[in-house]
Amino acid sequence: MAGLLGSLTLISVTILFLIVGYITIQGIGGINLAFFTDIPKPMGQDGGGIAQAILGTLEMLAVGALIAVPLGVGTGIYMAEYGGGKLNSMIRFSLEILASLPSIVIGVFVWALVVRSLGSFSGLAGAFALSIVMVPIIGGSVDEILRLVPNSLREAGLALGVPRWRVILQVVIPTVLPGIFTGVVLGVARAAGETAPLLLTALGNEFINTDLLKPMGAMPLQIYNYALSPYPEWHQKAWAATLVLVLVIALFSAGVRITTRKFRYVR
Amino acid sequence: MSANLMTALQQGSALEARDLDVYYGKAHAVSGVSIRFKPNTITAIIGPSGCGKSTVLRCLNRMHEVVKDAYVTGEVLLNNENIYMPQIDPVRIRRRIGMVFQKPNPFPMMSVYENVIAGFKLNRGTPKHVNFDEVVERSLRSAALWDEVKDKLNVSGAALSGGQQQRLCIARAIAVEPEVLLMDEPCSALDPISTRKIEDLMQELVKHYTIVLVTHNMQQAMRASEMTAFMLADERRIGQLVEYAPTQQLFKNPSDPRTEDYVSGRIG
Repeated sequence: MAGLLGSLTLISVTILFLIVGYITIQGIGGINLAFFTDIPKPMGQDGGGIAQAILGTLEMLAVGALIAVPLGVGTGIYMAEYGGGKLNSMIRFSLEILASLPSIVIGVFVWALVVRSLGSFSGLAGAFALSIVMVPIIGGSVDEILRLVPNSLREAGLALGVPRWRVILQVVIPTVLPGIFTGVVLGVARAAGETAPLLLTALGNEFINTDLLKPMGAMPLQIYNYALSPYPEWHQKAWAATLVLVLVIALFSAGVRITTRKFRYVR
Repeated sequence: MSANLMTALQQGSALEARDLDVYYGKAHAVSGVSIRFKPNTITAIIGPSGCGKSTVLRCLNRMHEVVKDAYVTGEVLLNNENIYMPQIDPVRIRRRIGMVFQKPNPFPMMSVYENVIAGFKLNRGTPKHVNFDEVVERSLRSAALWDEVKDKLNVSGAALSGGQQQRLCIARAIAVEPEVLLMDEPCSALDPISTRKIEDLMQELVKHYTIVLVTHNMQQAMRASEMTAFMLADERRIGQLVEYAPTQQLFKNPSDPRTEDYVSGRIG
């Protein structure tokens, strides 16, 4: 029995190494400095990179986080500190549904709401879509992390005649600030790799564009475009861009691991 | 500093519960407790687990309200003023009636120094002329902790030993100069030497504060308190006050047979 389960486990873990290994082998040859600083070039020309996609991803992640962090962190604090019993399980259930929505659904929704009413695909629409991906992840992890704060600390503050909201802001949250940060990073990292919500919102752009009201490039979209082309040179670029995206997200996760290891507040 | 606070420095206030009933939602936890805590006196509340002694203590500064759906009927009078009057803010009451908990709970993100003045720092409207250095030294001296920590005021409160943490919590509670100090089994997580220090400390503090001490340790009640109240849950598991008398009398010559059973070790 243990042998069988062990083999199954081995297969599961091997999948990760296969994926990462294959992407590395295929992509490493396409990576050089110009790949990060150039925009895509027309077919037939040498070179060309993903600069506009990296820039677009960063900008949309930043704007998305600007929307999602207050929403997610606020929801998490509400659940942990104010909400009770039935209300909480309703909120948690809604967040879980939101998190498990197929991401193309988010894309369609934002397309109908933002793209159609603004009359154009845009980075702003992409950022909206990414923020919807982030909110449930951030909200859920903030709620969880705040529950690690022992009640005795809240009581210590309250017993000093400190109002509840001040206890939350000045005692509870500072105690788990690194953990809250971790939750935010997890949400942002998850959104960084999303393709489907961007297809119908940011659309993609072959040129550098920082105007939020115009179509914007993004790394997953660039991979999609390069990969769908019929040219082997572009396939090589798709592999290279994939490798970069995987590395960026791995970096996020590693950063989270390190900060959470330092941060152990359990009493 | 107001005249009111200055007198509080010298003297504790009288505290009295009248016909106090406590409920957690539909559960009736404590029934009909009437008791008058004398100023500048240590009153111990003893009784077996589940008798409602901690619940009563938490009603005295409205800390029980922190639990969802908890409420009380009856009155609690601080210097003859009912702290449950609708216009009274529980937050203000808790500044006048401080509390020390079973488990030491210093703020782990704050230094020793910051812990002592947390009652000021976490609240706005601190009078400008409060000298924090003075408050810290005075409070830590009063809590018999100054000599041990005066060279490490900047280390985290969580880095002290358990007994030191508990005295730090006492310093934090008295820094804001309350009139009454509620202590909820303050030594149950401590070793005998630390327990001894805190009991000695209580004998000093009682000169300035009214102290109500919940303890499951009868020896502690005998050593430390002047008055003792004995509580017991009835067959419906509702806590009641059985007997309230001077400590010597309650332990040597109890008037209620249930008290005698408990203090002689036959129940509990």
